[in-house]
Amino acid sequence: MGENKQNAIGYSLPPVWTKLKQHAVFPHFNHDERARYNFLTNLNRFLSAVIAPGVQTAYEQRVEPTFRAEHGRSFQNRHELRQAISRDAYYQLWAALRRCTMEMRQQNGRAVVLRQAEELAQRVEEILRGHEDILRLKPNFVVPAYLRHADNHLMPGSYHTEYFEGDVANAANYDSGLFVTSGGMLGSLTDGGGRAIAQWVRENYPDFKPKRILDVGCGLGHNTLPIAEAFPEAEVWAIDAGAPMLRYGAARAIALGIKNVRFVQMDAEDMSEFPDGYFDWVQTTMFLHETGGKAIHKIFKEIGRVLAPGGLTLHIEQPQYTPQMSYFEQFMRDWDAYYNAEPYWGHMHDLQPEDLMEEAGIPRANFMQVGVRAVNDLDKANGSQVREDYGRSPIWNVFGGWKPK
Amino acid sequence: MKLNDIVMASDKAKGARPYFFDDPMSERVLNIAMAVATEVAVIRERLDTIERLLEAKGVLRQSEIEDFVPNDEQAEERQLWHARYVGRILRIVKQELDAVANPEDNKPMHQIADEINEM
Repeated sequence: MGENKQNAIGYSLPPVWTKLKQHAVFPHFNHDERARYNFLTNLNRFLSAVIAPGVQTAYEQRVEPTFRAEHGRSFQNRHELRQAISRDAYYQLWAALRRCTMEMRQQNGRAVVLRQAEELAQRVEEILRGHEDILRLKPNFVVPAYLRHADNHLMPGSYHTEYFEGDVANAANYDSGLFVTSGGMLGSLTDGGGRAIAQWVRENYPDFKPKRILDVGCGLGHNTLPIAEAFPEAEVWAIDAGAPMLRYGAARAIALGIKNVRFVQMDAEDMSEFPDGYFDWVQTTMFLHETGGKAIHKIFKEIGRVLAPGGLTLHIEQPQYTPQMSYFEQFMRDWDAYYNAEPYWGHMHDLQPEDLMEEAGIPRANFMQVGVRAVNDLDKANGSQVREDYGRSPIWNVFGGWKPK
Repeated sequence: MKLNDIVMASDKAKGARPYFFDDPMSERVLNIAMAVATEVAVIRERLDTIERLLEAKGVLRQSEIEDFVPNDEQAEERQLWHARYVGRILRIVKQELDAVANPEDNKPMHQIADEINEM
């Protein structure tokens, strides 16, 4: 079963985990570890395709009517709705299973990478030998407080924890396991977001020839590499706070033959080592909701500073919560904030992207916002069978704009 | 540096774990059951691999497995296995039955202790 094929019974199957590209730094999975991920991928697909829609049914048929009968009105915000739906037995079962799959995915992934952590670190070191110029880590680097304060999406140790000098275990876990929670919808290199944005920019601005590109909060560079590949003449800088991610990401880039990216450990709130106007394109991909309420404003100020006049900045995120979005949808999208350890998710999506862009020096007249869908080489129908799953589907909101010349 | 994956694999993420059921104990049991369900799927996939490899090597065909009908002796061995298996799974229910059926053997242990103290 290779693709998201709609079969005779009308149920869309996820691709098997072995469709992930096993590049040179990828952790080794034995037969049963692969089978475990196949089970979890299918469990997630079943939960989103079959079980999750029932939450809306339960909401419409009993949660909302019961609240209305008791209070003489409907919900006035998503928080009130959350309190009421938390007492619904069907919602409880779906939520408990969703939390359970997230924890199992982390547990299973950690079991794989921790047992081979030494070998992984050695392999990364060997691959990086002779390529030292593409990776720069800072011995006294201070990890931003917002990252240390939570383990985003229930990944123990988050992006920055090193279990020993040179460790890449958490990065290897992230790389090999995102397939499971996304149901394989991000493609064989888990880079559907980067591919989508690179394609969108090339199609819409065919004359745009950026000399320098910055990817802020690059993680292990999943979404940086497709941009670097699409603009091979550009010098691409990928910055992140997590040393294991950068180390693994640099080795992965070499393993995949991408040569125009350098990975640098940096706090996005202080990019002072870059001169003003240094970059023609500044990108973030699913990064902003993992920052903090004060940090995000400093980050946008810095993005505005390093962006060249006439340059482009784009930000891939989940949709912002607007008055037009129903409280039920806001609640479902907010679920990860509370229950999947994405604590800044809710607050971030209450911000107005036009305001954030103004902080980065993009006037409202230049503001743009579009929807993009992951470019997925494992899905020949290009996601046509994918249903919205409130923050899990590979369908994103992109906002940004051109800085005035 | 060797890491203790047996213990560290199950490290908890920061922040209190939410429980969605009214009784957290039910949710703990659900989580254990889902982990066991995973392992059943793993065994099933491994068996599938073995069958396909045996077929590829010409040892047997999967259709032979599908069409297999045990003879009387084999059937009895299998049924016996199933019966014992069900017995193991429903142990706690059977013991509830014993408690109802034989109340004289179902005294609280502190009472038994007191009684034995007098023996």
